[in-house]
Amino acid sequence: MAAISREEVAHLARLSRLAVTEQELDQFAGQLDVILQSVARVGEVAADDIPPTSHSVPLTNVYRDDVPQPSLTQDEALSGAPDAFDGRFRVPRILDEEA
Amino acid sequence: MTTTALPTYEDAIARFEPVIGLETHVELGTQTKMFCGCRTEFGAEPNTQVCPVCLALPGALPVANRAGIEATIRIGLALNCDIATWCRMARKNYFYPDMPKNFQTSQYDEPLCAEGYVDVEYEGKPYRIGIERVHLEEDTGKSLHVGGATGRIQGATESLVDYNRAGIPLVEIVTKPVPGLGALAPEIAKAYVTELRDIIRSLGVSDVRMEQGSLRCDVNTSLNKPGEEWGTRTETKNVNSLRSVERAVRSEIIRQASLLDEGTRIIQETRHFHEDRGDTSPGRSKETATDYRYFPEPDLVPIAPDPAWVAELKAALPERPSSKRARLREDWGISEIDMQSVANAGAVELIEETIAAGASPAGARKWWMGELARRANETGIDLADIGATPLQVAELQKLVDAGKLNDKLARAVLEGVVAGEGDPAAVMAARGLEVVNDEGALTAAVDEAIAANPDIAAKIREGKVAAAGALVGAVMKTTRGQADAKTVRDLILARLS
Repeated sequence: MAAISREEVAHLARLSRLAVTEQELDQFAGQLDVILQSVARVGEVAADDIPPTSHSVPLTNVYRDDVPQPSLTQDEALSGAPDAFDGRFRVPRILDEEA
Repeated sequence: MTTTALPTYEDAIARFEPVIGLETHVELGTQTKMFCGCRTEFGAEPNTQVCPVCLALPGALPVANRAGIEATIRIGLALNCDIATWCRMARKNYFYPDMPKNFQTSQYDEPLCAEGYVDVEYEGKPYRIGIERVHLEEDTGKSLHVGGATGRIQGATESLVDYNRAGIPLVEIVTKPVPGLGALAPEIAKAYVTELRDIIRSLGVSDVRMEQGSLRCDVNTSLNKPGEEWGTRTETKNVNSLRSVERAVRSEIIRQASLLDEGTRIIQETRHFHEDRGDTSPGRSKETATDYRYFPEPDLVPIAPDPAWVAELKAALPERPSSKRARLREDWGISEIDMQSVANAGAVELIEETIAAGASPAGARKWWMGELARRANETGIDLADIGATPLQVAELQKLVDAGKLNDKLARAVLEGVVAGEGDPAAVMAARGLEVVNDEGALTAAVDEAIAANPDIAAKIREGKVAAAGALVGAVMKTTRGQADAKTVRDLILARLS
């Protein structure tokens, strides 16, 4: 059985603001399914004595001091932007939402 | 939209019971952002306080700011919370241009602080507001919507984004639902946010200024009939002043009561508060928690505050603002209302220090709450940054007490102090503002001149101010010219007004 449905892929695409064609829905559903099934196999081999792991290194409390470091210049910051105006990143408006 | 008239607030509250909840965001006043070393100065040129980490350039990795963790724990302790012994940051995934990473680093089911409370007093009665959680996250960038009506997304064709604010540490404080407040729900909501602001200000971790957005409040409101289950809640955003907290709850109670009267169901939604109209309109439909696909942030290691450190932070908490206010109010001998305005003006510590520097409570309060508070209001500068120190204000009051300055001269001296001309004594000397004769001798001379010239005095009493010249001359004669003519004239006019 497929681990992810076409509808779920469409929902994820909507959340990710991606325009996905009908054909791509099938294509990505298939690809994501392979990924999810592979991950699910980890669950099969993990015994009860192995706790869920979010971090692969046994570290806690890694902090830096509250000391300012140089930032990028405005030009540097905007240099990779597809579009900019008046020192700001210019993006298309977002429909139906207000943050 | 309904065309029937809205019920009055009294009418709504007579039939429905409100349950409120508040989510407050506090921007921390750290020197640098939460996960990178960029500065956090307010009002800098757009996109000049950004780096690969807060712009989410590929390969950049965050490291948590110790000061942000510490400030969050101190807020939690001040709100009587339990501090987690181990917790993780989480990714809140959403796609909106205000976060270049396409997620916000936040906390989900493992907040740094939980299960606390705040005691609020309103009209002499205590109310305990439960705190569900206090968690740490990062602020978003600022979008400017252009192409349509300025700043509004409706009709806009594009957005211009400034990421200077993106990544500044933000603490979210969530109350438990508060039932049982009845008609007082709006006032208690406001009293809670006020108390929270005072507590956080006393910790020195944020300037908590609602008008600058370093303190932001979302208000949840629902209504139910007595004895019935709690109703569906709405979340009102854009509540940008203490007064708006009260107004937002009140207007939402009226709106929901009107819908329930018609038999319309309340939709769970985000609403926008309009400062000008005092009511709310629907905002965006909210994504559900599962849509955010929270998961533990793999790039930041877990936070495990050492209990000994937490105990140290707890022991070092400042006196609670409410108990401090009660103590100072008694010492200063002023009313509850006067004390509240002192607190609202951010003058508690300034007056306290001025008194410690030798001024009388009345004198200290008079300058900070009068001349200086007015100036702060007019210029929008914080009272603490107005240009006069508690030491200088105390010195000024001592000069007044010693009779070297009268009220009017003291104002002029204070103006010089604020303008950076030096300490009060120096300004007085440089501007030649010292009272020439002591008030007592001058008054005697003025009274003598008035008594000797009853006809002129009568004219002045009738409003012929020009006639005062003759009396000034008489006083100058008896004081052998050593009096300040203007002061004498003012004294005469004051005597005969």
